[in-house]
Amino acid sequence: MSLSLLLLLAIGLALAGWLAGRARAWGFRAAAGGTRLAALPSYHGWYVALWIAIPLLAFIALWTTLAPDLVQQSVLSDPAASGLPAFDFQRNAILAQARAVATGAAATTTHPDAAALVEPYRAAIARYRLIGILATLGIAVAAGAFAFLRLRPQFTARTRVERTVLAVLLLASLVAVLTTLGILVSLIFETIRFFGMISPIDFLFGTMWSPDPMVSAQSADATRYGAIPLFWGTIFIGAIIAMIVAIPLGLMSAIYLTQYAKPSYRKWLKPALEILAGVPTVVYGYFAALTVAPAIRDAAQAVGIAGASSESALAAGLVMGVMIIPFVSSMADDSIAAVPQAMRDGSLAMGATKSETIRRVLIPAALPGIVAGIMLAVSRAIGETMIVVMAASTAANLSANPLEAMTTVTVQIVAMLTGEGSFDHPATLSAFALGFVLFLVTLALNFIALRVVKRFREAYE
Amino acid sequence: MTFVHPNLEETDAKMRARDVSVYYGAKKAIDEVSIDIPSKYVTAFIGPSGCGKSTFLRALNRMNDTIPSARVEGCIELDGEDIYKSGMDVVQLRARVGMVFQKPNPFPKSIYENIAYGPRIHGLAEGKAELDGIVERSLKRAGLWNEVKDRLSDSGTALSGGQQQRLCIARAVAVDPEVILMDEPCSALDPIATAKIEELIDELRGNYAIVIVTHSMQQAARVSQRTAFFHLGNMVEYGRTSDIFTNPLEERTKDYITGRYG
Repeated sequence: MSLSLLLLLAIGLALAGWLAGRARAWGFRAAAGGTRLAALPSYHGWYVALWIAIPLLAFIALWTTLAPDLVQQSVLSDPAASGLPAFDFQRNAILAQARAVATGAAATTTHPDAAALVEPYRAAIARYRLIGILATLGIAVAAGAFAFLRLRPQFTARTRVERTVLAVLLLASLVAVLTTLGILVSLIFETIRFFGMISPIDFLFGTMWSPDPMVSAQSADATRYGAIPLFWGTIFIGAIIAMIVAIPLGLMSAIYLTQYAKPSYRKWLKPALEILAGVPTVVYGYFAALTVAPAIRDAAQAVGIAGASSESALAAGLVMGVMIIPFVSSMADDSIAAVPQAMRDGSLAMGATKSETIRRVLIPAALPGIVAGIMLAVSRAIGETMIVVMAASTAANLSANPLEAMTTVTVQIVAMLTGEGSFDHPATLSAFALGFVLFLVTLALNFIALRVVKRFREAYE
Repeated sequence: MTFVHPNLEETDAKMRARDVSVYYGAKKAIDEVSIDIPSKYVTAFIGPSGCGKSTFLRALNRMNDTIPSARVEGCIELDGEDIYKSGMDVVQLRARVGMVFQKPNPFPKSIYENIAYGPRIHGLAEGKAELDGIVERSLKRAGLWNEVKDRLSDSGTALSGGQQQRLCIARAVAVDPEVILMDEPCSALDPIATAKIEELIDELRGNYAIVIVTHSMQQAARVSQRTAFFHLGNMVEYGRTSDIFTNPLEERTKDYITGRYG
């Protein structure tokens, strides 16, 4: 509550600074008989506003973290707090009750010690709120006055404002990069811990995946941590079955949409196809588990395959393939449409038919873009979890039979982390090792895709 | 409507256009043009930008078909056969009436594959040896063989602009057409490359009917024997190139070739 109050105050002060700065700049103009300023008046306004807003935001961020501690300190120094138990746990419980009443979150408290502290709490909160507001005003006035007094007709307010905006933009882009780095570092540390318990050789080349979270961490059996069945399941479902579905369907729909569809059809079909990409994967999961998997089992039994299970790699792969059609088709669509009209004309003028032109000129020319789209789809597919959880089971199984239950890396990461194992057990830590290897694989795929896209850009220009 | 020079001798028309109008939607881009295009001659279409000369050229091998709003009226015949009649095979027509575009547009394939493309889709070569022969012959005919014979597997797009345009001419020649349409083939080239293309056009004239659209009146005077002047969708004047340039019948033609507008 006091945070939103301070923020509102900061916005109001910055607005006042903006108006004052702009008014001063207009004043310069009027005084100088309408000569040109070095920057537009509104930039002078922004200059003052930024000088007010940035220190205030920094102060508010600091204050909201410090203020509760300061309040608590002052309450504890109150004579009424002398009778509180020394033990932290009890004392904190009483303080929390008192604070709840003081801030109005609770109506009353039954605890006598807490009741005694309500008033001191209320007083301390009010005092620090006042201090916060006064400090905010003080900082705003000081910073605003500093900026305001620096304004001159020849003051280069615009370049300074733009530099600040640039810094904000840079900061925004750094957030994504730093987050990625943070993820990577946390993965690496846990992965190193895991490899301290289970050798990387056993992990990367073992063929049995059956972690044992119940035995003690010291006696974990390294031969049960072979990740090959998981990576095989991932590749089989995500990169083989799903691609067998997605590549032909995606390419054919892209060709139809760019080359054959009437504009009126295209107007409806393309967005409809792109909606596929927006369906939550868990919804695909229902579809796979409740509709496709039983249908596949029944079909398999009908042709005499007795052991067909209701959870199959085929069901998960098929549905995943449908899910990633839009990735393949929209990249293929864009890159086919990007082939210059001159290529198409050149081919048609040679007496080539439309289909010859598509097969021999457009697709080869668009191939890098198409490949990039497929790479993107593959990395999406192997990172997919929900469909596999729901349709392909969690049993690791090294098999080439698509009708068998299989599992993937992402599913096992979820299974290991949501179990009851402790964080010093290899079964739990294996999730990080799996995640790390998966991260490297998708990174490599994205890297390849980016390189291919780069080559594509150079093809015609 | 059209002024045809009286001393234009009769020649066998390879292509014959009668009252051809081309529309883009409701807009009439070409208004009732009639012209005979003779074999073994170079016919130049000249005129200011937007006069419809390229549109008319593209009507001659039905490349306007690729523009959904384009519509052609009138009659265009190739060896007496109406190319707009229903049941006309556009693929066959374009194999007989080749085209070279304003901007060189080699396929992003090797030099060899660029030339072999046409013969392959039309099934002109049986086996690799015959295809090699066609590629060599076409490149020689386009005057490019000596420059590229050692790097046939290099990409066609890596050649210089002038070489690319000669590659496109070789590509058109490779399917053995009867007519070659050239839409401002030198407008993207430097003067040296232009001179080579013009020389090439003159050499090719013996075997084909060539139609060239050009902005350059000097080029029309240098390479063509017949010239048609287009203005605002009309063909204003048609005759021997020497007659058009020395003795134009129409005021607009005279103004254009003396550079008064355009």
